[in-house]
Amino acid sequence: MSETHLIETHNLSVGFPVGGKIFNKRVLKAVNQVSLSIPQGSFFGVVGESGSGKTTFGRALLNAVPITDGTARYDDGEVSYDLGKLAGSDLKEYRRRAQLIFQDPYAALSPRMTVRDIIAEPLEVMGLCNSREEVDERVREIAGLCRLNLEHLRRFPHAFSGGQRQRISIARALVSKPRFVVADESVAALDVSIQADILNLLKSLQDEMGLTYLFISHDLSVVAHTCDHVAVMYLGEIMESAPTRQLFRAPRHPYTKALFSAIPSLDPDDRGNAQKLEGEIPSPTNRPSGCQFHTRCPFAIDLCRQEEPQMETSETGHSVTCHRWRELQSAG
Amino acid sequence: MSLIDVENLTLQFKTDEGLITAVDNVSFSLAPGEVMGLVGESGSGKSVTAKSLMKLNPGNAVYAPESRITLHLDSGPVDVMSLKRPRDMEVVRGGAVSMIFQEPMASFAPAMTIGSQMVEQLLIHTDMSKAQARELSVEMLDRVGIADASTRFGQYAFEMSGGMRQRAMIAMALSTKPKLLIADEPTTALDVTIQAQVIDLMKDLVDEFGMGIIFITHDLGVVAQTADKVAVMYLGKMIEQGPVREVIRTPSHPYTQGLIDALPQLDDLDKPLMPVPGDIPSPLERPEGCVFHTRCTKIIGDVCRTTVPSWADTGESHRAACHLCHQGHRA
Repeated sequence: MSETHLIETHNLSVGFPVGGKIFNKRVLKAVNQVSLSIPQGSFFGVVGESGSGKTTFGRALLNAVPITDGTARYDDGEVSYDLGKLAGSDLKEYRRRAQLIFQDPYAALSPRMTVRDIIAEPLEVMGLCNSREEVDERVREIAGLCRLNLEHLRRFPHAFSGGQRQRISIARALVSKPRFVVADESVAALDVSIQADILNLLKSLQDEMGLTYLFISHDLSVVAHTCDHVAVMYLGEIMESAPTRQLFRAPRHPYTKALFSAIPSLDPDDRGNAQKLEGEIPSPTNRPSGCQFHTRCPFAIDLCRQEEPQMETSETGHSVTCHRWRELQSAG
Repeated sequence: MSLIDVENLTLQFKTDEGLITAVDNVSFSLAPGEVMGLVGESGSGKSVTAKSLMKLNPGNAVYAPESRITLHLDSGPVDVMSLKRPRDMEVVRGGAVSMIFQEPMASFAPAMTIGSQMVEQLLIHTDMSKAQARELSVEMLDRVGIADASTRFGQYAFEMSGGMRQRAMIAMALSTKPKLLIADEPTTALDVTIQAQVIDLMKDLVDEFGMGIIFITHDLGVVAQTADKVAVMYLGKMIEQGPVREVIRTPSHPYTQGLIDALPQLDDLDKPLMPVPGDIPSPLERPEGCVFHTRCTKIIGDVCRTTVPSWADTGESHRAACHLCHQGHRA
């Protein structure tokens, strides 16, 4: 394979115990048997409804929740880790190389710290700099890259608007010069006019710093515009995964198609003729048998209810987990 | 005849830092059965405007004396501004006007069943008996597409999913048969698939009940799908008003154009995203002249910085408050 993959997961599962200690003990599988490869230098999108496990997947890759089953590998060319077995100095080094940008820029910044201290904290905690001058220099450098005004460094977060705060939290995530960044709904709390600005900033930082993003979002139009590869999650499993243009031009999974048709069109004359999805996402403690999506799928047959579909990957890198996609494709 | 007329609504909040103008000279009217989309970024004053219609704003709100809100009911016009006692407000609050909020979890009392909350408001606003109120509530829950409505009637808000709670909220808001429904970001907290279901439901209900709706949202796509006409707000000012097709296809105000350009659209993935430059100013530092001039890319001169623009007609019942439009140009 010519592409190198920064992250490779194989049947990755994350479960949380729920219910009583002895009786009624169950496991909530938030992520179920996910196999994905994230190419180095890509802007990799994960979309899904709430409860689809996209956040847990991102956290598992950051080693923030324990991986219960399967493997995940990180390999940036310099170091290579098995994320399930990280400990000690390897874990510390991985923390420097993998960072997270949060959703809500109002909750993510401490109101009692100045912007300079917020951005400098990772450097101090990880002991990456030897002197205060060095810390200041790194902070100024990253603040400049994130288009923050240097005079703002002495102020407190409450003085800033949502867009500026999100730039501060991006600066904090990037100050340790990571290779892999998980952006979890990083523009969801922002107004559209600011959202475009932050997306453009993330793109330009990717070019300047050679980053690989895992971009988690529920907004398909945002993902379509920023990501170069998209995976669609439903109930902890990958339903479909493909290069962005392929996915949006010719979606194969009925769930992906339904998601696309649910996006409100900007054309007032194009109202509600699309096929709408009935019902809601089932609870992960009570998974459906067979295909996870069959309870809401308009094309479900007995096979879908009984047998779990396997992921099929075509040469173009388009993967789909559906029994009937070929049939549905040819039927139009 | 119109259902509600709002004229020169101006509202300020008294705070420790001084008077903050939240709504500045806003006028609009709505006919029965009409859906108006009220669009704007956070801090643009759209929620405060809607809450003024029921005088739901907190105690430090000061309404300017020239503000007029007239509600035309079957029993005759009601001057909302003149209502002082909470008892008098009952005609409006929950009676003629209902409201749906963004976060349905926070809007239901957690320690009361959904059913008892629905019955309670019916007992206050109608002369139904408890049994009738119960029957109507279950019927409404069923009507908004909640399966097994009589079981759901006895459940608490935490037992329902987000989409179901929002449906219950809508059922509750409509059970008193309001003339006007204010929906404040009713679909923002929901997933796209559930959002599509709720939008469909609301459209059906307008057809059936014929009430007027003020639909507050920041999502232009949702507006395009639901509204008949659109009003765009920025920093407490209404800057553009018109029929939904015209406003979205041929926006007049540079801000509306900017909002549309900033929106990622699926039919053209190569189109670069164009942010509106800068940030929305603090309401404590409202710009002189046109409120948008600090971020506008089409400033035509000092007139934008010094003079507040008046309305300019840019089409049939389509108007924009912009100096550029006064010169016959569009954004």
